[in-house]
Amino acid sequence: MSGQPASARRVGMEVSIAVSYAVQMARAEAIAAYPITPQTHIVEHLSSLVANGELEAEFINVESEHSALSACIGMSAAGARTYTATSAQGLALMHEILFITSGMRFPIVMTVANRALSAPLSIWNDHSDIMAARDIGWIQVFVKNGQEAYDHTLMAFKIAEHPEVLLPTIVNLDGFILSHVVEALEFLSQEDVDAFLPPYQPKYRLDPKKPVTMGAFAMPEIYTEVKYAHQVALSNSYGHILRVWDEWAGLTGRHYRPVESYLTEDARILFLTMGSLTEVAEVAVEEMRAQGLPVGLLSLRLWRPFPFDALREAVKGAELLIVCDRALSAGGPGGPVHSEVRNCLYPLETKPATVNYIIGLGGRDVPPKAFHDILARARQEAESGPTGEFFLYGVRG
Amino acid sequence: MLEIRFHGRGGQGAVTSVELLALAAIHEGKYAQGFPSFGPERRGAPVLAFLRINDRPIRLRCKIAHPDVVLILDPSLIRIQKPAADLKPQGIVVLNSPKSPSEIRREFGFTHKLALVDANTIAREVLGVPITNTTMLGALLKATGVVRLESLEEPLKERFGPLAVKNFNALKTAYERTVVEEARS
Repeated sequence: MSGQPASARRVGMEVSIAVSYAVQMARAEAIAAYPITPQTHIVEHLSSLVANGELEAEFINVESEHSALSACIGMSAAGARTYTATSAQGLALMHEILFITSGMRFPIVMTVANRALSAPLSIWNDHSDIMAARDIGWIQVFVKNGQEAYDHTLMAFKIAEHPEVLLPTIVNLDGFILSHVVEALEFLSQEDVDAFLPPYQPKYRLDPKKPVTMGAFAMPEIYTEVKYAHQVALSNSYGHILRVWDEWAGLTGRHYRPVESYLTEDARILFLTMGSLTEVAEVAVEEMRAQGLPVGLLSLRLWRPFPFDALREAVKGAELLIVCDRALSAGGPGGPVHSEVRNCLYPLETKPATVNYIIGLGGRDVPPKAFHDILARARQEAESGPTGEFFLYGVRG
Repeated sequence: MLEIRFHGRGGQGAVTSVELLALAAIHEGKYAQGFPSFGPERRGAPVLAFLRINDRPIRLRCKIAHPDVVLILDPSLIRIQKPAADLKPQGIVVLNSPKSPSEIRREFGFTHKLALVDANTIAREVLGVPITNTTMLGALLKATGVVRLESLEEPLKERFGPLAVKNFNALKTAYERTVVEEARS
């Protein structure tokens, strides 16, 4: 499965390989990565594309993820279109550099093949890795299938590199559940990608002939203002994200929104999911509708910047919102997504009650039945009052 | 939608088979989803691989609990994994074995539709090695007709290069030699 995709076409391949082709088609110029399950196939394939001369890029093999992102910063500072990918412990090991990347406003694109954090050691999927990196100041999106992984990888470069955005961007892709699946996807032609995504033109770059200082320290007199500028940029990136997604819709017919709705018309009960849970939930919600139950589905595509207005609009008319998290904030209010959703809805005068179900931790299988079970329990809770801050679905003992 | 679960041992190529068949189905314009039972791969340990094929996009992102077909690369797994226990009543057991359908039914108590082929012998004859994953695809196609034989040529070529022809011949031989017997009550 090598060779440059030459024209728009339907292909079958593993999603990780499709992501690596998206990076190739984006004409990434610089990559540094350290292999970690389940991200491995993405960077392995990219490394062979570079080695075979099919992608003209600098590929730096490093000894850790801390170094991977540090090397990416250097290459991005030099003005290169830069990419990396990681998972779980790798993302955790990058943690320090994640903040530096966004604070220095380098438009690096990273795929996170989401995986549970140790201990106990688990190579399987959940969102504990990315939720522990919630506050890193990057743009963050979630995808629900292979096509979206391909699409959002390409769009991420365009969003990140916009001169008014200049923020690193993470595309979250459920490890194994998506990364290791062979499925059908549609590839754009290289010509279309080139027209959509022109070369990166950095305003400032490290250049011995034109020296600049990057990453200078900030005295207390300026630190708050720099943080404020970062917050404003991340918040304002929202409009640019929508514009890029609209442009993509014109090109492909696939239209992405920060909060997406499925069968929500007249729905009194809504599920809210992220990532690959969404398609399984779609199947379950269709079954519920067929039983005459007034149930719909929201999926949160954009995690940062958080789509406050879109979510407030999307829950209108619902009486109950069932938020499905794939991570647990131990000792806290349950799942991080529910925590933020409740926060977002709190100022509304009329709002749905919310309940929080945590599912699919550490690779636990989530079939449509899980959503039926959750619905039954949530409706009971809605009648007789919640039984706790959250419920860990399927837990034994 | 057709849901197929492959039962093999690490190194026997169950995951490769699933990928090849998924690509063949996609090549025919269908939708397919092929994935392994995610885990640390260990040579010789029992492994599962999953395949869904449909005319519409596939949205299930979970394991296959009640397959339409189970394909068993290694008969020694039958007693360990009981692959037919959760097979749909109209389901099919595709098995690599030199035995006759009645012997197999007597030995394992299968009542489902059976497709049997001695893939070990074919693989030794045609490929020169007892690796049966591509050979067994021939039996699967005989039992289900889920894709055309020739749709596998291109995926085999991409995967195996010059060895693709031998693999395709093994698959064709298995297709010809597979014995299919309807379900018994």
